[in-house]
Amino acid sequence: MNDFSDAFWAALRLLADLDPDLLEIVALSLSVSLSATGIAALIGLPLGAAVALIRFPGRRAITIFLNAMMGLPPVVVGLVVYMMLSRAGPLGELGLLFTPTAMVIAQCILITPIVAALTRQTVSDLNEEYEEHLRSLGADTTQRIATLLWDGRFRLLTAVLAGFGRAVAEVGAVLIVGGNIQHSTRVMTTTIALETSKGNLAFALGLGLVLVTVAASVNATVTVITDAASRRYG
Amino acid sequence: MRQAGATVESLRRRERGDGTRPPHPLLPLTVRGLGFWAGERWILKDVSFHLPDATRTVILGPNGAGKSVLLRLCHGLLRPGTGTISWGGLTPQNAASGQALVAQRPVLLRRSVKGNILHALKVRHLPRAQRAERVRATLALAGLEHLKDRPARTLSGGEQQRVTLARAWALRPNVLMLDEPTSSLDPGATRGVEELIRAVDAAGTKIIMTTHDISQGRRLANDVLFLHQGRLIEHAPAGEFFAAPSAPAAAQFIRGELPF
Amino acid sequence: MRLFLSLIMGLALTLDASAAEDSIVVASTTSTENSGLFDYLLPRFTEDTGIQVKVVAVGTGQAIRLAENGDADVLFVHHPESEKKFVIQGFGVERHRVMHNDFIIVGPANDPAKIRGRGQGRAGEALVAIARAGAPFASRGDDSGTHKKELGLWKAAGVDPTVASGTWYRETGSGMGATLNVASGMEAYALTDRATWLKFGNKGNLELLVEGDPDLFNPYGVILVNPKRYDHVKAEAGQAFIDWLVSEKAQTLIAGYRIEGQPAFFPDALPGLKD
Repeated sequence: MNDFSDAFWAALRLLADLDPDLLEIVALSLSVSLSATGIAALIGLPLGAAVALIRFPGRRAITIFLNAMMGLPPVVVGLVVYMMLSRAGPLGELGLLFTPTAMVIAQCILITPIVAALTRQTVSDLNEEYEEHLRSLGADTTQRIATLLWDGRFRLLTAVLAGFGRAVAEVGAVLIVGGNIQHSTRVMTTTIALETSKGNLAFALGLGLVLVTVAASVNATVTVITDAASRRYG
Repeated sequence: MRQAGATVESLRRRERGDGTRPPHPLLPLTVRGLGFWAGERWILKDVSFHLPDATRTVILGPNGAGKSVLLRLCHGLLRPGTGTISWGGLTPQNAASGQALVAQRPVLLRRSVKGNILHALKVRHLPRAQRAERVRATLALAGLEHLKDRPARTLSGGEQQRVTLARAWALRPNVLMLDEPTSSLDPGATRGVEELIRAVDAAGTKIIMTTHDISQGRRLANDVLFLHQGRLIEHAPAGEFFAAPSAPAAAQFIRGELPF
Repeated sequence: MRLFLSLIMGLALTLDASAAEDSIVVASTTSTENSGLFDYLLPRFTEDTGIQVKVVAVGTGQAIRLAENGDADVLFVHHPESEKKFVIQGFGVERHRVMHNDFIIVGPANDPAKIRGRGQGRAGEALVAIARAGAPFASRGDDSGTHKKELGLWKAAGVDPTVASGTWYRETGSGMGATLNVASGMEAYALTDRATWLKFGNKGNLELLVEGDPDLFNPYGVILVNPKRYDHVKAEAGQAFIDWLVSEKAQTLIAGYRIEGQPAFFPDALPGLKD
């Protein structure tokens, strides 16, 4: 079977040609997944920290819920978001179905629990070390959350990256709510699915290699930066 | 008796209104019948004392005597099982904002030396305009200027403890509490920290520190609270205590016969 | 929550810059998309009218449900019975015939059920032979136009393949291409539309075995989603698309579309062409 070597050459050709269609797809993949990751971080970081720090009834239940939601199947998320955003659904008025925004929403729902759950763990560990100092200073809850999030920033970036990795790699949810519309909502994973269904396996695998490369470079960049920084701050 | 609900700030304002030299806003510290129960045994039992002056008080005693717990109760980090604590009429919780704590193992944030001090000032709501000057003055007093941009956690143990002390002093607390501040330091680093404690004391701050190190007690104490097995055995001026302790356990401890 | 919503709306503005332009959503089938027909036709339509067409390519059944929910402006599928029902129920305005091609039966070159060359009224016989031989058959199983067609053919042949589901009758629940991938992988027979087959790149051991039966006729229709039912439907632009599809120009373009030198679709709306 030559498909693997074919795929390799297909990937190289795709990268070498800088095909505008491919660039458009990569750019959309990145902007959708990075937007989703950004929003998930804005929600998940304070949420995870709050669950770690604030004692309230049902906290354990929320922790279990967040951990369980980490394994949320993308298709289910896609389906639920589709039903919400469909013209026949409760948020149909917004006219967001089959737009990149719908994809951002779906990915956001998918990865916010990941960011929140990993944040809860990180903040909880760090709090054991900092708690007495912060209480002695008389820090209020907001100050405690801000301090722990900032001091856990390098480890939390890994949590956010985990979210990004899941967002950029998933296909089930974006396919349903985005519709895989050419020049509009077609991203790398849905293109791979489409090319596979056309039987263009080598080309699909080539795209897969491009996806892996793109995801890996985002990861590597962030990892290198944070490694250097975290060594610096101990 | 002052109202328990009043804050340190309101008391400070009131007392400066007199026109006379302001008395220490959190003194006297009066502790009565203090007990602390930890699950299965008394860590502290029936501890009573009175500290009227802004001197250096050393809580001395072997490990496990309850020194750290006493300090944390006074700082409001723990709630007493029995008894009362009054800081010039304030509860420990209300008095805490006029105090600072230096723990045995330095808890430093993952930031620069300067960042650590700035963070504490911010949390205590020092107006932004005053922060830079406060940081500068503090670093100068502590002799840490050359380290100000270094990540705090990469410093040596002695340097780290000096940073925590400087950070506490930056708050200009009325009371500075130190829990075994030099127990994990070598003699050179210990000297550096003790010098800093004297400097803080010279600025009029009430010092309360714990130690199990008798010679450190001799060097720093104006008065001594000797704790043993959760009880306050003796409270005396340092000179009297080290010359001739009245309690047998204290005498044994000074002679180095008490196991710790 | 308000922060979240405003973030979303902000994103909507930045990411969906194209939404402001004149564009319509067409719910269509995988066969029209996979065959490359849309890549060939749509840029010319946009050139003529300035209207962007966003194609959501799914199975016919799902496309119809999308349109019923008001999530598309135009429906472009290939199952006349369902399309007529869609119009009668008031979801669509009117069905227009656009084009047709045909279904074919493909299978492994060694043809264990010996169906090669059957046709001219004997597609049903081929299915019966497959069932008798218990030879693997990959079905779409996804309520698509092709799937509906296949079930109709089985019914006409008097065979209920679903009792053999999981043994020789394999329902993939996937699109045409994915089902052909399955057939190729397990040397199974499959019913497919000709255009997808021509364009399919992973044929492996599969060959075209049965064609030419009038029962295998595969007509495509286009319907405007009823704007009286959903007032957000872009009726004008949608109607412009339909009018263009049945215009002489588009019909000639469709007739001229070739995959590997073979015609893939045959126009049905040329002037002078009647049922």
